[in-house]
Amino acid sequence: MSKNVNTKNGEASRETIRRVLLMIRPYMPLVILSLVLAVISVALTLYAPIITGKAIDQMIGAGHVNFEAIMPLMLRFVVIIAATAVIQWLMNVCNNKITYNVVKDMRVRAFNHLQNMPLKYMDSNPTGAVLNRVISDVDQFSDGLLMGFTQLFSGVVTIVGTLIIMFVLKFQIALVVVLLTPLSLFVARFIAKRTYDMFQLQSDTRGEMTSLIDEMVGNQKIVQAFNHQDDAMEQFQAINGNLRRCSQTAVFYSSLTNPCTRFVNGLVYAGVGIVGSIIAINGGITIGILSSFLSYANQYTKPFNEISGVITELQNALACAGRVFELLDEREQEDDSDQLSLGHDVNGSVEFRHVDFSYIPGIPLMEDVNIKVLPGQRVAIVGPTGCGKSTLINLLMRFYDVDSGTISVDGTSTMNLNRNSLRSCFGMVLQETWLKNASIRDNIAYGKPDATYEEVVAAAKAVHADSFIRRLPDGYHTVLGEDGGILSQRQKQLLCIARVMLKLPPMLILDEATSSIDTRTEQRIQRAFAKLMVGRTSFIVAHRLSTIKECDQILVMNDGAIVEQGTHEELLAMNGFYKELYMSQFAH
Amino acid sequence: MRHILKYLKEFKKESILAPLFKMLEALFDLFIPLVVASMINNGINGNGGSNMSHILVMGSIMIVLGFVGLACSITAQFYAARAAVGVSARMREDLFAHINKLGYAELDTIGTSTLITRMTSDINQIQNGVNLVLRLFLRSPFIVFGALIMAFIVSPRAGLVFLVTIPILSVIVFGIMKASIPMYTAVQRQLDKVLGTTRENLIGVRVVRAFCRQKDEMAAFEGESEALRKQQMLVGNLSAAMNPLTYVVVNLGIAAIILVGGYQVNDASLESGDVIALVNYMSQILVELIKLANLIITVTKSLACVKRIDEVFLEQPSVVQEHQFMIPAVPGAPKLEFRDVSFTYKNAKEPSLEHISFSVHHGETIGIIGSTGSGKTSLVNMIPRFYDATEGKVLVDGRDVREYSFGQLRNKIGIVPQKAVLFKGSIRENMRWGRALASDREIYSALEIAQAKDFVDAKKEGLDFSVAQGGRNLSGGQRQRLTIARALVKKPEILILDDSASALDYATDARLREALENDTQGATTLIVSQRAASIMHADRIIVMEDGRVAGIGTHRELLEDCQVYREICMSQLSKEELGA
Repeated sequence: MSKNVNTKNGEASRETIRRVLLMIRPYMPLVILSLVLAVISVALTLYAPIITGKAIDQMIGAGHVNFEAIMPLMLRFVVIIAATAVIQWLMNVCNNKITYNVVKDMRVRAFNHLQNMPLKYMDSNPTGAVLNRVISDVDQFSDGLLMGFTQLFSGVVTIVGTLIIMFVLKFQIALVVVLLTPLSLFVARFIAKRTYDMFQLQSDTRGEMTSLIDEMVGNQKIVQAFNHQDDAMEQFQAINGNLRRCSQTAVFYSSLTNPCTRFVNGLVYAGVGIVGSIIAINGGITIGILSSFLSYANQYTKPFNEISGVITELQNALACAGRVFELLDEREQEDDSDQLSLGHDVNGSVEFRHVDFSYIPGIPLMEDVNIKVLPGQRVAIVGPTGCGKSTLINLLMRFYDVDSGTISVDGTSTMNLNRNSLRSCFGMVLQETWLKNASIRDNIAYGKPDATYEEVVAAAKAVHADSFIRRLPDGYHTVLGEDGGILSQRQKQLLCIARVMLKLPPMLILDEATSSIDTRTEQRIQRAFAKLMVGRTSFIVAHRLSTIKECDQILVMNDGAIVEQGTHEELLAMNGFYKELYMSQFAH
Repeated sequence: MRHILKYLKEFKKESILAPLFKMLEALFDLFIPLVVASMINNGINGNGGSNMSHILVMGSIMIVLGFVGLACSITAQFYAARAAVGVSARMREDLFAHINKLGYAELDTIGTSTLITRMTSDINQIQNGVNLVLRLFLRSPFIVFGALIMAFIVSPRAGLVFLVTIPILSVIVFGIMKASIPMYTAVQRQLDKVLGTTRENLIGVRVVRAFCRQKDEMAAFEGESEALRKQQMLVGNLSAAMNPLTYVVVNLGIAAIILVGGYQVNDASLESGDVIALVNYMSQILVELIKLANLIITVTKSLACVKRIDEVFLEQPSVVQEHQFMIPAVPGAPKLEFRDVSFTYKNAKEPSLEHISFSVHHGETIGIIGSTGSGKTSLVNMIPRFYDATEGKVLVDGRDVREYSFGQLRNKIGIVPQKAVLFKGSIRENMRWGRALASDREIYSALEIAQAKDFVDAKKEGLDFSVAQGGRNLSGGQRQRLTIARALVKKPEILILDDSASALDYATDARLREALENDTQGATTLIVSQRAASIMHADRIIVMEDGRVAGIGTHRELLEDCQVYREICMSQLSKEELGA
């Protein structure tokens, strides 16, 4: 059974390798150049010890050192060394170029793909997980790829080249090297196998520790409020003790790899020395060749020791690449640039006809929803938290598509419209304030990038944001920082509203738009909104029932369905869910 | 730095033995070339011709040296692991204990998220650093200088070549390292920017699409990625020069040794085996210098982490208890009193509370209302001494809160914070945060008041239902009700609800308030809210605005004469309700 899994993994990684190669393809000339340079540089590196060996052979003994032979040899040596260095550097530059270009391509492709993916993906995958794919997975892939290029190929070439040369020079000594070296691989494997379980245990315990720290330090205020410090400390000490025990063995075992491989290399070196000397006594080789062998024994073991590490790294890189490809394989929304566009003179009639929708197939949420909104009407959507108010917005904006039925704007089904043209008809203010890490001016003009400075200021004035903006160090040019950084929640919300004020779209969606604004400012903004809403079809989500009494239509939602529909008075008269909701806010 | 030494002292034996054994191993490494030289000089070119037995003896010595070296280094690794892991465990424990002592003010300035990284990844980095330092900081320089000395012993003239080569190699290795470190930092910063752009885009996906800005976002991302690529190329190409350059220097050194060696062999002061040994020493130096440079990077990183941890240790709690004794209440005093309390957050320019005075009697229910930032939460945070007043006094049972021990004061108070946080464990365990020995019956009665009994009963495991970390497997409203129940389990004398019904719908909120009123008699209750409906029936209402009390009184009184209160109510309540 495990075999099955293996072949399946094998297939998957083969497919990943194929796709990685496809991404590298545009840089094929560089790859070929890099490979050629690697072969040349390895060949030169291997040639150098032969020259020094020959030079040593010219030192027969006192008074018998042949300087006429040594000088030209040394000259050749220096030239070769210089050439090797230049070629090595060029090869590294090629590898850098390939790696960083491939990685950039990959990242840009992933990001662009995200822009065209249905929102369902972002909603159902935590931001952190998606970020991991675009940032750290790609980053680790880049490390692995670079390592693969610089170490794997030249490592293999070095091993093969050294073996060939050693066999050509003296196959008996070569045999000693070939027989002894795998020992180090064997030892490394042995240790790795033993360490794996320890590391598993260590990372599990570390996870436990991190989550405890996350809880107790992250919520330190509550720990203190409940005098829970001593209990927390007890829990902490128990895990810390465990962690110490298993870390100690894990760290110790893993640190055995180096001494052990070094030991095996020492054995190889000694073996070459003994066998080489014996052969030299019998005149089989000169001392110079023995010295070349000794330096090969060093040169050869280095890539050999590294190669298992490189392979692990490459496997890891492939796993990371696989995760990125998974993201790239997610279906994009179908291209709709050839669909109809709405002009800017939309009159704003909206109609839901027999709309069915569910987030999770098989668990119906909205069934047979019918709404008719006349141009310029104000529609309020109310209901308890989680009742599906935002689902309506998702459908209106086509963040999600209906399962069946139609939603039409100005009589045209939104499914036949170009998404961007549909969305430009709406001005949307959401409860979660989102601002870019850019200047205030850029943020207000986000929906209308070509707006003049005066227009931006006018929009800010309309929402009473102008005065606080002016008091900021750089006024309208102040850069906000991540997540609106320097601003308070209220100020952020004001900017979001200004953003819509500037765009003046034919229809509005206000999702608890004034929830974090104090009552006094809210009243002023409500007046600005009221002005804005004249002649514009508006959808208002609110939890304060008092703010929606004047709406032309109220949709009462519960558990995803629209349970009641009508004006405030009509709904009160129905004596149903709305009335209960309405009365409960005054209940005692 | 001082701190690290303090912890290393606890592992004195390990911290001395590890580098010592490592040095022994290095010493054996240094002998190998000499053994090989002897093998060649006396074994192959021996005076009396070749000498097979000498070769075998030298060969066996090499193997024995290998074994002894292995034994030494395993011993060293063992002690290094023990010291490194021990230091990090001790440090983690002390840090945790220290964080437990910090007050809210310190937690605000440092921020809990960085505390978490410091306790996890920073300490891991330190563990790594200690481990590597113990293993390498003696070994690498020892080999470099050892090789130099050995070279001088073999041939003083060849030693001069080493004397020239080592500084040049060091300049190259450390120079490139030094130049590339800030460049790597820049790469990291740019990577953070790419991350920031992506994160921003993912979070704001609805807004981006609503304003049809996908194309611009793509262009911006491409720009950031290109900048990253350029920086990576720059530093990559610089680091790529290290190997070729050192290769050139080492081999020039070897060429010089061969020439010098050639002359010395010629005048019989050296044998060819010695030349091979010298070449060997030259190669050893390079490997160790590169290890040393990498070690320095790790140590620099670890030292930065040590500094970050020291910063936390240096942070002293601003709120401290004078003693641990119980003190009696002053008879006849009000339950709670604020006497001209002002409070300014650390590093804030303006005070958050100014000259607050009021008193509350036993069993009274007080509503506190005001807009965001008006100081409601700051006000209630004064009572359990989460912060200390900058001016004035807060009194509980007639005594300054600073006279109580934390235990006595905080046991009187049950607080339900804004953020509904639960901990990993069963519902029962979570409830017992309030009182360790609470019985199931007491827990159920608290759940009932908090309107949480129904959904707990609906779980098949009941009180044994295991809450995931942060309470993720419960809805916001359920979490909130459980945090209320947790405070009630305590049977507190003063119950503080800090905007803790915000995730509840109006109907549940109303039932909760009714149950609180009927079933927690005797408790003095403070309800903080933004909803007028939540507090209008309180015995008295405190209206906050900009850190000051804008009015105190009943709903009706305040409607009459408090402008702020009237505005709040008008925006939230219906006409009928205003008149009621």
